[in-house]
Amino acid sequence: MGDAQVGRPTLPVVGQRAAGPRVSDGSNIFLTTKLDHLIDQARKNSLWPFPFGTACCAIEFMSTIMSHYDMSRFGAEVVRFSPRQSDVLIVAGTVTDKMAPVMVRIYEQMAEPKYVISMGACACTGGFYRAYHVVQGIDEFIPVDVYVPGCPPTPEALLQGLVRLQEMIAKGETHYQRMAAAARTAAQGAAS
Amino acid sequence: MSLSQERRDALRRDFPPSRGVEEIPSQDIPTFKVEREVLPELARRLKDDPQFDFKMLSDVCGVDWPEREARFDVVYHLYSLTHNHRLRLKVPVRQDDAVVPSLFGVWKAADWFEREVFDMFGVRFSGHPNLKRILCHPSFQGHALRKDYDPGQRWLLREGEQDEPAWAREVQEDEDHFETQVLNLGPSHPATHGTLRTVVRLDGEVITRAECEIGYLHRCFEKMSEQHTWNQIIPYTDRLNYCSAMMNGVGYVLAVEKLLGVEAPPRAQVIRVILSELSRIMDHIVCIGANLNDVGAMTPFLYVYQAREEIYSLLEACAGGRLTISYVRVGGLANDVPAGFEDAVRYLLRRIPPLVDDMERLITENRIFRQRTEGIGVMSAEDAVDWGWTGPCLRACGVPYDVRKVAPYLGYETYDFKVPVATTGDTYARYLVRVEEIRQSLKIVEQALKRLAPGAIITDNHHVALPPKDKVYTEMEALIWHFKLIMEGIKVPKGEVYGYTEGANGELGFYAISDGGGSPYRLHCRPPCFAVFQAYPHMLPGHMIADSIAILGSLNIIAGELDR
Repeated sequence: MGDAQVGRPTLPVVGQRAAGPRVSDGSNIFLTTKLDHLIDQARKNSLWPFPFGTACCAIEFMSTIMSHYDMSRFGAEVVRFSPRQSDVLIVAGTVTDKMAPVMVRIYEQMAEPKYVISMGACACTGGFYRAYHVVQGIDEFIPVDVYVPGCPPTPEALLQGLVRLQEMIAKGETHYQRMAAAARTAAQGAAS
Repeated sequence: MSLSQERRDALRRDFPPSRGVEEIPSQDIPTFKVEREVLPELARRLKDDPQFDFKMLSDVCGVDWPEREARFDVVYHLYSLTHNHRLRLKVPVRQDDAVVPSLFGVWKAADWFEREVFDMFGVRFSGHPNLKRILCHPSFQGHALRKDYDPGQRWLLREGEQDEPAWAREVQEDEDHFETQVLNLGPSHPATHGTLRTVVRLDGEVITRAECEIGYLHRCFEKMSEQHTWNQIIPYTDRLNYCSAMMNGVGYVLAVEKLLGVEAPPRAQVIRVILSELSRIMDHIVCIGANLNDVGAMTPFLYVYQAREEIYSLLEACAGGRLTISYVRVGGLANDVPAGFEDAVRYLLRRIPPLVDDMERLITENRIFRQRTEGIGVMSAEDAVDWGWTGPCLRACGVPYDVRKVAPYLGYETYDFKVPVATTGDTYARYLVRVEEIRQSLKIVEQALKRLAPGAIITDNHHVALPPKDKVYTEMEALIWHFKLIMEGIKVPKGEVYGYTEGANGELGFYAISDGGGSPYRLHCRPPCFAVFQAYPHMLPGHMIADSIAILGSLNIIAGELDR
């Protein structure tokens, strides 16, 4: 959890009535952290995917959200087809040159913070379509956080990709978070 | 099957070689070389004369022969439902004068097929109402399937350069001087199940005009297949109709086997039938489930999707993959089915019917569903044939055309099954036909299972199939054959063939031309969706915007197959 510190109370407490979790001997503990990290904890467990399904991978994505594999177990069940209501773009399937501007537009319309999972060989690298109308990896156009290999990936692989994204969000490693951190540092440098 | 001798004579009498119609030898379908001047008259005659009665234009495609003076061939495949015969027409044109009269006035099916030939080869069709690129984007330069086009040459499409129908930009008023509205559906839309785009003009909530744009998933299947050996194409075919990957592979290898003159061993054929029919069930399940989902019934999708997961498990046990399995090979199958295969299929035969029953109890007599679908998206049998419809959509219009019955392959003539037909041709009828087809497919699987006898799963012809691995390690000759097949691929004799099977959406055709080399000279796929979807914008006017979603779901358009 970032640089959160767990320890004995160090703040003045009046009459032993402070709210908060207690350790086993009954004394209070406090949790100090940055607000960003706290919010990231909440965000990672409430991802709202936008399924940008174009091809075969979309069918496996469907399997992943159906009852058998049930992606909602990982806190990402609310699939939204509006980019304004979602924060993780799952590009499932081949993206062609004709489709690329559409994908970029959707990415731009998504509310921040936003993350991208590239599902399947085609979205990651163009797959075995080394051809005149196929984008050779969506990172030509948009930044990608997690690449899920497979043609198509099994639902288990996509779930692992999702868990990996959650870990990255918790650690502040996603593309969006790194850009935001860099922007903050730059702003502080300019101020001082 | 093919055009009888007396009819061929009649054709030759009225269209002698002096008029530019000439029969050329062919190994599967009677083929005539036609000069373009006589093409419209010949086409009209072939369609209207009852002794020919070619009411259906199955396919139009182009072929490039750079060293020939007349560089391009435009190839037409015709089919007669009443006589069950086929005909192929070839129209050669020169590169500097690549214009052919459009046959849209004769068969509506020519609409998109001709646009595709224009897009891929640059052959123009005079008189075509809307001749522009269909699969490649508007900023694309050149014609991709010409032999001198570099397969890796891409062109960037920038924001704002997308194609827009001309009528969509105009401001129009209805008769009460209210402004009508243009609405864009897709290509990223929850109800399009893939990448389809429809632009509609609305008067209130009623659609007055519509146009579709496709090609958002054009993955260059045909160009890629020219770069790979015959067996390497099988994974590409899996990704055509990815809801029923097995059937594409079977359709493709049957065409190649026809060209090679080899046949898969009986055990391989039976396994192909079993897995194909299970794939058909999966495909119909996705179609019905998604259609219901779109009109607001989520529950049945969850019910029937369980059946799909169970079939996936079986496919995974056989081939290692769940969805795109690449299980067939030219001459047989990649490997034998695992132990316990028969028990697993028997389990499926018990498991699937109750799930389908559950869905039917919820939906078939459901008043909401019937009101949403009955009388919606009606297609007459005549129009459906004219548009080139096949498969469940055509059978819902009352035409009992099923390739498994009229041109049986894999021994389908020996199985006892019925072809479900509805009469009304609306969205509800398409639902009913699909549900009944699931039950008929289960019946076929049941019979096929009884015939599953031990035996070889791939032909022992060493020109076609890899020798067993243990022999490769111990025998010199086997090692040589293995090396040659891996390095050079199967050498398919020179010739051309149009192989057609009954895919989940209808007639899935593969037109393959071999020049005797290790990879196809030209491989054209005739996707059933393509013909079905080109009628969709013409079905919409007069319907509500919500109906368009219900109709689209019932047509089962799979973008991978549509755009290839």
